[in-house]
Amino acid sequence: MLRRLVLLLPLVCLGTLALAQSAAPSMDTRVANLEAAVKSAQSAGDNAWMLTSAALVLMMTGPGLALFYGGLVRRKNVLGTMMQSFILMAVITVVWAIVGYSLAFGEGSPVLGDLRYLFLNGVGAAPNADYGATVPHQTYMIYQLMFAIITPALISGAFAERMKFSAMLLFTVLWAFLVYFPLAHMVWGKGGLLNAFLGGKIPCFDFAGGTVVHISSGVSALVCALYMGKRKGFGVEPMKPHSVVLSVIGACLLWVGWFGFNAGSAVAASALATSAFVATHFATAAAALGWMFAEWMHNGKPSVLGAISGAVAGLVAITPASGFVKPFPALLIGLLAGVFCFFMVTAVKGKFGYDDSLDAFGVHGAGGTLGALMTGVFATSAVNDGLKDASGKVLGLGLVDGNPGQVLNQAIGVLISWGMAIVGTLIILKICDVVVGLRVTPDQELEGLDISLHGEEGYNFES
Amino acid sequence: MKKIEAIIQPHKLEDVKEALKAIGVDGMTITEVRGHGRQKGHKEIYRGMEYQVDLLPKMKVELVTTDARLDEVIKTVVESARTGKIGDGKVFIYDVAEAIRIRNDDRGEAAL
Repeated sequence: MLRRLVLLLPLVCLGTLALAQSAAPSMDTRVANLEAAVKSAQSAGDNAWMLTSAALVLMMTGPGLALFYGGLVRRKNVLGTMMQSFILMAVITVVWAIVGYSLAFGEGSPVLGDLRYLFLNGVGAAPNADYGATVPHQTYMIYQLMFAIITPALISGAFAERMKFSAMLLFTVLWAFLVYFPLAHMVWGKGGLLNAFLGGKIPCFDFAGGTVVHISSGVSALVCALYMGKRKGFGVEPMKPHSVVLSVIGACLLWVGWFGFNAGSAVAASALATSAFVATHFATAAAALGWMFAEWMHNGKPSVLGAISGAVAGLVAITPASGFVKPFPALLIGLLAGVFCFFMVTAVKGKFGYDDSLDAFGVHGAGGTLGALMTGVFATSAVNDGLKDASGKVLGLGLVDGNPGQVLNQAIGVLISWGMAIVGTLIILKICDVVVGLRVTPDQELEGLDISLHGEEGYNFES
Repeated sequence: MKKIEAIIQPHKLEDVKEALKAIGVDGMTITEVRGHGRQKGHKEIYRGMEYQVDLLPKMKVELVTTDARLDEVIKTVVESARTGKIGDGKVFIYDVAEAIRIRNDDRGEAAL
């Protein structure tokens, strides 16, 4: 064996030499090859992170939100509530593939995309330079889909324990068309009205969806709660969460998944992604403490549900700011959000008496609004140098960069989001009410959605 | 034959079981129940919503014994379940008309 190798060696050397001589590449070719290799390596890194992020964001809806909300309802409604999150993973996916992505991210008018990506036509391996120059366009598409899934799922917290399943399906599909796709296009789509980075008329900063995801869902939730009315027996019967344990697991999954949501919104495995990751984590920690201490002082006990609700409030508030602010402003935003949302779900909800069953408005609407405004204050080009003038000079971002006008821009973005959510949701609720009816019958509500709507029970102790 | 039905604190269940085993009583049925007598409940707060919880978790121990051993068994249950605080529970005694072992149709005290 060894002898054979020794005999072969000169032959191999000769062969290699001959090959090198015949195909000696020019310097230009070698540089071009090198450039291609570098580009491909960067694309591989970015794509790996973006696919991971997409999976993380899907994990926020199921199991994250399904468990978080599922634990907060009564035992008889646990499956119905989890289903409202889970089924959107299927429903929105189909709508997104057919036309949703195109309406949100096709270049169209300032308020809505066109149909260029209908049936995902042209959304393939080649990157779309406007959205993510280093990852396949398809990666960006599937990443954005996960946001479109969780947003309507968040609203379900407001109508939990009393909405018909058919009405919920119709509502969420119409809501995606009337509220989500236009808003996503305005804020993130090329040429969108509020898109600060791709030619928007009113430059608004929303890194990962404070307006598109949280204000839109939270405010729509409030409209749903007011329109549908309270749960039967609200304020009379006990409506305690049936398992805060499930909610703790859900909240922790949300916290972890949110790294994909916020750090993934850099659309690259970049230093900006790291910065957003750090800001997200810091704000969440501070918000959990903020809510906990506020509650401890107010009620005498630091509840577990309070601590995890605070964490979610912090995640919500830092979402628009995550790619624009330094770590310490992130801590401050989180702390404010924790205390503010505690105040919203206790004092304010109690005063007005609406039944936002799982506090979708108190956490997402209130936290999202606070976060969007704070983004205008603390956004800085030291973190994100993506905004440049015609000559390529990096522009200051928020109040801390000497641009107080940005707070006003943010406020306009907030108002537009509130307005679209209120008007859109009212129209859709009316349609659903007429077409299928919104609420289950009183008997079904008493029996619980699990048995009356789905023919199952969450916990079968006899089996 | 008498049936002893004891509503006790959940954390005293092991003590009661051990004490009964020590005097040779090894058959019983345990149920998780909720209830209250003079004991006051507690307050729970979930996101600002206050709930007064009156019905507290208890354990119900049921066992049937011969008339001859009744006093001994009652004494054992009561003493082993006692902490001396409000909420320790109660014991009720019933007459039993008949006992039947399902496996072989034994009747009366032979079925215990």
